[in-house]
Order: sequence, then C-alpha cells, then structure tokens
Amino acid sequence: MTTSSNLVYLIALPLVSSALLILLGRKADKWGHLLATLVSATAFGIGVMEFLAMHTRTGAARAATQHLFSWISVGSFNVDASLLLDQLSICFVLLITGVGTLIHIYSIAYMSHDRDRRRFFAYLNLFIAAMLLLVLGDSYLNLYVGWEGVGLASYLLIGFWNQKPTYATAAKKAFVANRVGDVGLSLAIMIAFAQFGTVTFEGVKAGVPHASGAAITAIGAMLLLAAAGKSAQFPLQSWLGDAMAGPTPVSALIHAATMVTAGVYLITRSNYIFDASSTARLLVVIVGGITLIFGALIGTAKDDIKKALAASTMSQIGYMILASGLGPVGYAIAIMHLLTHGFFKAGMFLGAGSVMHGMDDEVNMRRFGGIGKLMPITFATFGLGYLAIIGVPPFAGFYSKDKIIEIAFNAGGTKGWILGGATLLGAAITAFYMTRLVVMTFTGSKRWDEKAHPHESPILMWLPMAVLAIGSVASGFFFNSGNSLVNWLAPVLNSRGVEGGAELMKPIVVSGLALAAVVIGVGIALTKYRSNVPIEAPEDVTIFTKLARKDLLQDSFNEAVLMRPGQKLTAGLVKTDTNVIDGLVRLVGAIFIGSATALRRIQNGYVRSYALIMVLGALALIAMIWVVTL
Amino acid sequence: MSIVTTLELLPLLGALLLAVIPKQNALLAKRVALATSVVVLAVAGLMAYRFDNSNPAMQFVESRKWIASFGVNYAVGIDGIALVLILMSAFLVPVVILAGWHESENGKWSAKTFYILILTLETMMIGVFAATDVFLFYVIFEAMLIPVYFLIGGYGRGERAAAAMKFLLYSLFGGLLMLAAIIGIYVIAGNQIGHTFDIAQLSTLHIDSWTQDFLFLGFFIAFAIKAPLWPFHTWLPTAAKSATPGTSILLLGVLDKVGTYGMIRFCITLFPQASKTFTPIIIVLALISILYGAFLAIGQREINGLIAFTSISHFGFITLGIFAMTSQGLSGATLYMVNHGFSTGALFLAAGWMVSRRGSSKIEDFGGLQRVTPVLAWTFFLAGMSALALPGLSSFVSEFLVLVGTFTRYPVAAIVGTTGIVLAALYVLIVVQKSLHGPTTEGNESLKDLNLREKIAMAPVIAILVIFGFFPKPLLDTINPASQQVMSHAGVTDPAPKAGK
Repeated sequence: MTTSSNLVYLIALPLVSSALLILLGRKADKWGHLLATLVSATAFGIGVMEFLAMHTRTGAARAATQHLFSWISVGSFNVDASLLLDQLSICFVLLITGVGTLIHIYSIAYMSHDRDRRRFFAYLNLFIAAMLLLVLGDSYLNLYVGWEGVGLASYLLIGFWNQKPTYATAAKKAFVANRVGDVGLSLAIMIAFAQFGTVTFEGVKAGVPHASGAAITAIGAMLLLAAAGKSAQFPLQSWLGDAMAGPTPVSALIHAATMVTAGVYLITRSNYIFDASSTARLLVVIVGGITLIFGALIGTAKDDIKKALAASTMSQIGYMILASGLGPVGYAIAIMHLLTHGFFKAGMFLGAGSVMHGMDDEVNMRRFGGIGKLMPITFATFGLGYLAIIGVPPFAGFYSKDKIIEIAFNAGGTKGWILGGATLLGAAITAFYMTRLVVMTFTGSKRWDEKAHPHESPILMWLPMAVLAIGSVASGFFFNSGNSLVNWLAPVLNSRGVEGGAELMKPIVVSGLALAAVVIGVGIALTKYRSNVPIEAPEDVTIFTKLARKDLLQDSFNEAVLMRPGQKLTAGLVKTDTNVIDGLVRLVGAIFIGSATALRRIQNGYVRSYALIMVLGALALIAMIWVVTL
Repeated sequence: MSIVTTLELLPLLGALLLAVIPKQNALLAKRVALATSVVVLAVAGLMAYRFDNSNPAMQFVESRKWIASFGVNYAVGIDGIALVLILMSAFLVPVVILAGWHESENGKWSAKTFYILILTLETMMIGVFAATDVFLFYVIFEAMLIPVYFLIGGYGRGERAAAAMKFLLYSLFGGLLMLAAIIGIYVIAGNQIGHTFDIAQLSTLHIDSWTQDFLFLGFFIAFAIKAPLWPFHTWLPTAAKSATPGTSILLLGVLDKVGTYGMIRFCITLFPQASKTFTPIIIVLALISILYGAFLAIGQREINGLIAFTSISHFGFITLGIFAMTSQGLSGATLYMVNHGFSTGALFLAAGWMVSRRGSSKIEDFGGLQRVTPVLAWTFFLAGMSALALPGLSSFVSEFLVLVGTFTRYPVAAIVGTTGIVLAALYVLIVVQKSLHGPTTEGNESLKDLNLREKIAMAPVIAILVIFGFFPKPLLDTINPASQQVMSHAGVTDPAPKAGK
C-alpha cells in the first residue's frame, strides 16, 4: 500500500464549492457555473495524475490510501474516515470526473436560460463529491455516506423543477425506493460487524473464510438489495423512469453513467462475499437477468425519448449485474460494460437533450422525425452511441456486451443456457428499441408543428457529445486489447486468479449469434417504423404493448400492494390513536373524576388551586416518608 | 462550591434579576434572559473543558446535608452522559430565547414572567441531570412540571389550558409511581446500609428479584411516560400542538430526555436484574414506538403534531439502544439524545417560523415555500434530513450506533427497527413536498424570509448537525467511559464477533 495525500481533495474541492454556491445564493449567480466546472475539471486532473502515478507503481503498491481522522469509535466499533484508491476505484474516479466535467460544460449552455443555474451547478458539485466518496471510502460505512449523498443529490436534481408537483413526486419516489435499498446496506453492515468486528473492505475480506455460509449469503443478499435500490434493478426499479423529470444533463450523468451503476460497484467491490456464496451469486444473476429483459421490454413501447433511454439504462445495468453475479470471470467484464455504457449512454442522453433543446423541450418521439438533417452533429454523435449500444463491431458495446453473453453461456448447464439465452434475447430487443428510437427521432418525415425550429446546439453542447462519441467508438477496443482492463483489475477483483470455465461455444460463434440477434432486432424495427409513424400513439395495439407502455404494471403493483394498504394502515392508526389509546386514557381520567364526586368542587380549573393541591400532596408524601422511617 | 452548583445557580440569578425589573420593559427582560443564558452556556463550556474524559467516575461532586433526618443530601456530580446532556440544554436555551424573540408577547402574562419561567426551568434542567441523590432528582423531576405547565398554559396556542392539564396529570401519575418506588428502595436501604438516597450507595443493595421488579416498574413507567414510549405517548402531540415552538423545543429536546436518561441512571443502575427481566417487553415497546410513531407522523395534517410523532419514533430508537445493553447501543442512545435535541430543535424552529408567518399550522396551507422563502425552506429541509438520519449529519451516527449495537445482541429487533428508516424518509419527504415544493399556495406569495436574528439563532444548530456528523468523536469520547461504567455495573459485556480469527 502506498499513502497519498491528494485523495481528500478529490472530495473536498467539489464539496466546498457546492456549499459555497448554496450559501452565497444569488451573489454567485454570475460565476457559479464557471467555478463548479473548474472544480470538476480540477478533480479530473487530480484523477489523471493519480492514475499515471498508479501506473508506474507495481504489485501491491498500486493501491493508495489516505487516513483522514477517526470518525466513530465506540467499544470495538471503530470506523476511520479513510480513503482507498485502487485499480477499481480509479476507473470510477476517471469516469465520474471525466464524464462529470463534460456534463458540467454541456450544462453551461443547456441551463443558460434557467434562473437557478447556479443552484443546479451546486447540486452537480455535491453529486461529484458524494460519488467520489462512495468509490473512495475504504469501509462500508464510508461508502454509505457517499451512497446517501448521491441519493440526496439525485433527489435534489430530479426535483430541480419541483414547482411541478409530478416532478416533486418523482424525486420523492426515487429517494424512498433508494431507502428501501438502504435498509439492505445498513443490515449488510450490521451483519458484517457482528461477524467480523469490523466494517472495512480489507477486514471483511480477511474474515470471510472464518464466517458461516449463512452469514455470508445474508450479507450478499442484503448488498444485492442495496444495489437493486440504487441501480434500479428488479424489484426496486420503478423510480428510474420517473427520475427523467430531472434536467437532461442530470439524466446523462447520474441516471445513466455514474450513480445508477453504484450497485455494480458495490457488488464487484464485495467480490470476496459473492465468491464465497453461490446462493448469493445466483440471486444476483436472477435479478440481473430479470431486469435486463424487463427494462428492454419497457423500452420497446416508450414514446418519450428520455423514458426510452431510461428503460434502456435499467436493462444495460441488468447486464452488468448479471455479469457480476458470474463470479471472478464476470466482475471485470461488468466493469468494462459499465465504463463503455458510461460513454455511449451519457452521449445519447446529451444527444436527447440537444434534440429537446432544439424542439422546445418536446420529448415525444412521435412529434420528432427527420431531425437528423437539421442537427447533423447531434445525429452523428447519437448514431455512434447507437451503434455502440446495439453492439455493432468494433464499437464499444460490441466488446463489453459480447463478453457478457459469452460468459453467461459459459456459466454451464441449464443455468448457462437460460442466462445466455436471456442476454441474447436482450441484445435483440435492445437493437429493436434503439433502432425504433433513432428512426423515429432522426429520420423519416418531420412530424413537428411549425412553431418548433430544430437547430444544431452550440459548441459547448456538441463538444462534450463529440468527446463521448469518441469513447463510444474506441473505448471497447482499448479496454479489450491485450485484455488490458481485465488484467488491470485482476488484483482487486480476481486476486485468486480464477480462470474462466470451459467454453460452451467459441467466442466467434457467440459473436455471430449476437450479431444475428442484432440484425433481427434492427430489421423488425426498420420495417415497422421507417415510414408513417402516427402522431398519436395507436390504441389498437396488443396487450403486450399496452403492458409495456404501463411499465409492465410496476407502479400499479406498488400502489396496490404497498401504497394503498399503507395509506389505509396510517389512517387507521391515526383513528386508533385518538379514539382507542387516548380514549382509554380519558376514560381512566373520567372514572377517577366521576367516582369522586365529592372532589368535584376542586376541579374548578383554577391553576392556583391545583398548585395548592400539589403542594399539599407533596407535604403529605414527605410526611409519609417520615412516618415510614420513624 | 462545585462548578455544577454555580451552573445551577446562574439561571436562577438571572430569574431573580428579571423579577426586579419593571413589567413594561419587555425588551430589557429579553436581553437579560438572553445574556444570562449565554453566560450559562459559557460556564457550561468551561465545565466541559475541565472535565476529564479519562476518569469514568462522577466529577465536580458536591454533597451537602439537606434533610439530615431522612438522609437527604443536596448531592450533585456529573459523568460523561450527564455532561453532554447539560451541554445540550445550555446550548438550546439561548437559541430558544433568540429564535422566539416574540413568543412571549401573546401570553396571559408578561414577557418578564415568561423568561423567569424559562430561566427557572434551565436551573432545573441542569439540576436534574446533575443530581446524584434520588430524592433531589425526584424533587426536581416533579418541580420541572410547574414552569412547563405555565409556559404551555399561559403562552401557548389553541386549547392550551387543556393541553397543559393533560401534560401535568400524565406526569404526576408517573411521578407518583416513581415516588412509591423511591420510598420502597429507601426502606430497603434503611434495613441494609442505613438511610440514604445516594445513587452509588443504593446501587450496592441486594434486592430480591420480586421486589426489584416492582421497584423497577415504578421508575420505568414514570420514565416511559416522560420519554414518552408507546402507549404512554398521547400527551405529547397535544402538548406540542399547543406549546410555543420554544417551549416545545425545551419539552421534547430536554425534558423528555430526562425519561431516557433516567432509564440509564436509575433503572439499569439500581435494578440491573429487573432490567434484564423486562428487556424483551421494553424492546417490543420500543419497536412499536419506532414504527407507530413513524406511521402516525405520516398521517398528521398538522405540522407540530407531525414533529411530535417523529420524536416518539426517535425515543423508540433511544430506548432500543439503551436496553440492547451494548457499548454501541448505550453510547449511541446517549448521543441520540443530544442529536435529537438539536435535530428536533431545528425542526420546531423552522416549523414555528412557518406557522407564525402563515398564521396556520396545517400542512395543507403551505406549499411552494422554496420559491418564496428560500432560506427558511432550506433550514426546514436540512432539519428534515437530520430527522431521517441522513449520513453526514450527526443523527446518522447515533441512529446507526443504536442499530448496530442492537444487532449484535438482538438481530431481529435491529432488523425491525431498521425498516423505520424507510418510514422516516416518507414522513420527512411528504411534508417537505407539501410545504416547500409545488406551486405557491394562495396567501403565501408575500411571506417574509428569515431575518438576521432568526438566521443567527438557526446557524449554530445547523452547524452542530453537520460538524458532529463528521466529527462526533469529542462527544463519543466523553460518553464512552460513562456507558462502560453502566455496563460493567450491570455485569454485561459486548458480544464477541461471531467469526473468530
């Protein structure tokens, strides 16, 4: 281990900047966005320096730590505020600050007409600080602070325009769903402490071989619950679609590239837990598998461009979760897909923002059409992201998603066939809904009315899109060449050097199958949406389309099973409290008063007579003690 | 004279000074009261500075004969637990006075009387935590009811007289049970070691388990009403709805802590055996309080009632931590008492300002305040985040310590308690959405944001919530030796990690 003294600045700079922008209020309106962007860029600079420094070190010396102060110390519960920058966390640091800075730059233009732009940048900086703490904390409790910090930032940003009641509700929904996940994280930490007497990653890792299988599985299951909340995985997925209420740069940064992937970080970071419990791993792949299909299906029916992308995010994170449930061969692949997804999905969200910017904030794709000619840069960058996500070689998603499909098949036995089949099916549906999205938005005939004037966005907006497009093209090749990312991460994620199992199919066959799935998906979408898209969503659709439009009934289910019974319970308890519990108290009081009619004369409501009675009573009691002790 | 006694006398001195100034000069009364409370805070700070964290025994002890024939002494002294609670009380009084500068103006009596009551109450708040003689504790415990009764009944809102009476009768009932138990233990002491009310000596008595159970219940029920724990809680929402914000802060922030403090100082210390006997029942009551309080908070339509029910939920956490009887549980519960004082204090302050500006305490009458009064909205939001124990704020540290300390001994109870964090998110975010977000409700367009005085009163409270979220160590280092002392006296040790290395 190396010690570093720079890590704290990664967190402190954006945190201080955020506090400053909030405390100074309108005084900082003129330069707030510039400060926030500068701070984010500086954090990226520190990250790059740390990465270069780490690259020159070898072996165990690559990881760097910084001890800040003793945070909580009670009995044997000792938690230090300490940071850990290793091969895994540096990937996140670069992603968060890199994509984060691009999105800061983009937002300068995107939010230029908003009266609260300064506040927006304050929240963005708060998010950067919290997300960096999440990936830099060296213990589960430190991680928890960042974990809730990003939740707070997400809440504030989803509800950035909370004058609109539906947006305020969306923000609340996200926070509450995340809190359900937090119950999981809290309990995982408690079990870890009860088992190992420590909550640091290092300490828990060292203790795993000594703990019972049941305890390890319980920790794994609770971590998975936490991940499901944060990463919008089944059954806690329903908040992500509504989270699109936030300004689009937020959707790109928080609800696509970084925060929602924190669950993948949590599981891969806890690889030693999942390595030790096949049951926990099974739960992980089940959740990932369900969500990747679930999200993809919702994506096929959405007409709101942001909600379609959000469903896609849910599905893509499902891929990552599934990969991380496949054990040592999967963790690094999950991270690879996380990073490539960070580029292409953030890029596409910014593209969607660019389209909205030119279309008076219209999000309904049925009102788009033919925008590609008028917004060529947006179309080009979006197109590259599109090719990446559907997995066309040699774009980024091809490498990362193919790997996931491959290791899913290689999981072996029936499990392998089911998982492999699911990932393949997901690839086909992804190709379908993404093609639908691109065709409906950028090609075909225009379906917008005369008031809209689509135009290309300013350079501050298209430049970040262009940079992310480069990532969408090249990052997969870069990560994959010489297995560089897997090898880089191996000391953290695969310290025992586990090799992949027997290959079910040759990689080239898997790629062939995946490409066939993509071609089918693209083909169907093209035939269906290349021409005559109705401006109003048709009503005479199959039951499946209807269900997908309603998010596969996720909200109806939550309302029927949780919300309405909860409201009834609350109303019932309020009544019980007034009528039964307080009623009993009043009854007891009434009995005393009623039976002592002779004493009624002194219930005269005069404070002084009550006081007198109290004094008399006290005297009587003192007299009683005196008698007792005679 | 011990510095503790000095600290007790100072507010009383201020009250005497107030008594001689003319009734008409309200401003002078306010200034004298504020100045007195600031001096008290400074002396309390000095006391904390001189306090030795490495010494687990009572410090700054002083004992004088009071009623010699009964063995009653004026005996005071503080350990870490008492110290942090006294500091919290001394901090809240000037905040309350400054924040509620006009609270005394709509009362039955003069402003002067209001501040005499507040300062008298402060003397008692310090005394009740510092008393090491059971009889002295009891006298203050009961006497505290008087100023609070007049503060609610004389300066409150709505049905203040009825609320004050309900509060008084509930408390007197609990007090009587405790008095019976005190007489009982006094008689037993007489037979074994001679007549005394000294807590340390009483804790050495050998009491058969049958008697211990009864005596324990006498104390516990009194404290469970004070704290309050479900099902003894119905007086609290009534009182909180009628009291002024300042009185509510002192009532929920400080006086209710006497209940949970008493559970540590008396129930566990004097009756360790009975404490263990009743632990299962108490843990169930604590869990019911956590969930019940949260559900009721969600269902409230009145903002002060909501805060009162969140407190019932929080007192459930505190009681859970105490009776988990682990280092983390006990220290966490004590820290929780301190944090809750500030956290609920901030909530009542912000809510109080909202109510006084709008002239209504119904949640539905607010809405869109974030646009109209951004600073007030921010303070209410931050106070709410503290109430839901957001990591990074001080209340998270204490809530997590309570839960982790409970988990090591009673995992199921901890799991049930942890679900409370979801309900906490709901009760905070619902009221935040209804009052701060959305379009501005009609009639709120011209509400004024916080003025300088209000900002000065609120700033230190917010600062404390944040600072102790990251640096709780000074408080924990003070509390830890005292909670170790309680545990070793009760003969319990922390469960060892299950996976031995």
